[in-house]
Amino acid sequence: MDSIALSRQQLDGDKMIINLGPSHPTTHGTLRIVLELEGETITKATPEIGYLHRGVEKLGESLSYQQFIPLTDRLNYCSAIMNNVGYAGAVEKLLGIQIPKRAQQIRVLMSELSRVADHIVCVGVNAVDIGAFTAFLYLFKQRETVYDLFEMAAGQRLHTSFTRIGGVFRDLPEGFVPLAERWLVECEAAIDELERLLTRNPIWHDRTRGVGIISAEDAVNWGYTGPCLRAAGVPQDLRKAQPYLGYETYDFDIPVGTTGDVFDRYLVRVEEMRQSLRIIRQVLDRLEPGPVMVDDPKVALPPKEKVYTRMESLIHHFKLIMHGMEMPVGEVYSATEAANGELGFYIVSDGGKNPYRIRVRPPCLPIFSSFEDQVKGGLLADAVAVLGAMNIIAGELDR
Amino acid sequence: MVIEHIDAQLPGAITDRHAFRGDQTIVVARANFMAVVELLHREGFQLLVDITAVDWLERQPRFDVVYHWLNLASQERLRVKVPVADGEAVPTLAGLFKTANWFEREVFDLFGIPFEGHPDLRRLITWDDFPGHALRKDFPLDGGDAFCMEGCTAPYNNGERA
Repeated sequence: MDSIALSRQQLDGDKMIINLGPSHPTTHGTLRIVLELEGETITKATPEIGYLHRGVEKLGESLSYQQFIPLTDRLNYCSAIMNNVGYAGAVEKLLGIQIPKRAQQIRVLMSELSRVADHIVCVGVNAVDIGAFTAFLYLFKQRETVYDLFEMAAGQRLHTSFTRIGGVFRDLPEGFVPLAERWLVECEAAIDELERLLTRNPIWHDRTRGVGIISAEDAVNWGYTGPCLRAAGVPQDLRKAQPYLGYETYDFDIPVGTTGDVFDRYLVRVEEMRQSLRIIRQVLDRLEPGPVMVDDPKVALPPKEKVYTRMESLIHHFKLIMHGMEMPVGEVYSATEAANGELGFYIVSDGGKNPYRIRVRPPCLPIFSSFEDQVKGGLLADAVAVLGAMNIIAGELDR
Repeated sequence: MVIEHIDAQLPGAITDRHAFRGDQTIVVARANFMAVVELLHREGFQLLVDITAVDWLERQPRFDVVYHWLNLASQERLRVKVPVADGEAVPTLAGLFKTANWFEREVFDLFGIPFEGHPDLRRLITWDDFPGHALRKDFPLDGGDAFCMEGCTAPYNNGERA
């Protein structure tokens, strides 16, 4: 890439080449964009990705189904639980099992909490990137509380590994629900504050309106999903369109934009945060007692105290860990609505302990592939705004 | 549903099909692939969700290129698999679906499957002179000698340690 950039520079003396990344405050992880400028106008943008490629799919082929869960944390690390939920759902689809009601409710609760945290980062950092520093500070406190909640439930803040195949790691601890309820009120107020700072702010309008416009047809053609697709006016949300985990029983709306520009993406994300709060409120209200793991000894590990005290349970534990679950031969694709869009897992099983092939369909790869199209002819400063609104998470982009 | 339409309009195009856990899969030969895709596009399968591949090392032909489509109007999903031998090219979809551009580059990068007519077929994730294709089953998990830190003399050769 360097040599290409250099030769172009030699050819066109009046063009300027700017190297954005791989380590740049606005690139959200490590990715690199080589921009060709004429004055301040972008004439060409060449994204270079792969700096955070860890070979997740390759590693998955030599890990058992349970062992892959910690790797899913590291896809979209801003909302790790949603990756856990998406992956566990895919394996459960392959196994053909249904998880208990309480486990479903806890998964919905955790997913929506992390959706709010993810949108906070996206909206907040988007604003920071284009010069509005304050908004992020207001929201960061709420994000901290979400991570406190995760820590209470999973023992980890970022890399939660909260789900297990067939349920969740453990039941919600004491004190979780009261803190979540307090947070609901505080977060609502913080979102109001955010909106007071940005939604009618003329500078924010100048920087975001009309930047990164995309039509609904183009967005679909580019493979957009999630908030970016909805901002372009397509009301596609898997929680409504293909409900999973009982989402059809919750009352919430799907916000839709019109032009697909950065401002609309901002509005859609803010409204989605409010809708997530609505869902969390409903989950907390109806959370019913019950098991959080499927009652199937071929899938679920026995309780730890029994492993330490009873021989049968020890053998059971050993068999499940060493030989794995009995997997059917076949292939499934399972998709969930993650914060960035459709997060899909395509698993091919040959009946072995490990998946034969595991594919992660990252929502932000197709969105990022349209980057050049989105910024060409625009100003350099707008490229940063577009990049932020796309919510590129390199961990998921490169896998 | 759409599978019947394909059957009616392109008889014989589908060489194999199965439904597993609610997922519809059809297998289409390389020669008929573009006709099937154009039909799917007309039928409303406008969102090309994903392109990937599976390496069946022992099998002939060796690879399956796997496409996932979603029909936004009916929320129907369809998986299309195209078997290809090592070195054989698949027609590109970059003209019909812009999102295919990067997905195909990724498959080319990690599996070494070329796409015929692709406007910009370069590696996407690994670097340009990366030795081999990482997701092939004969590519060693630790990367082999090319990534070995000590005593690394032999270049990568077909997945076998020198």
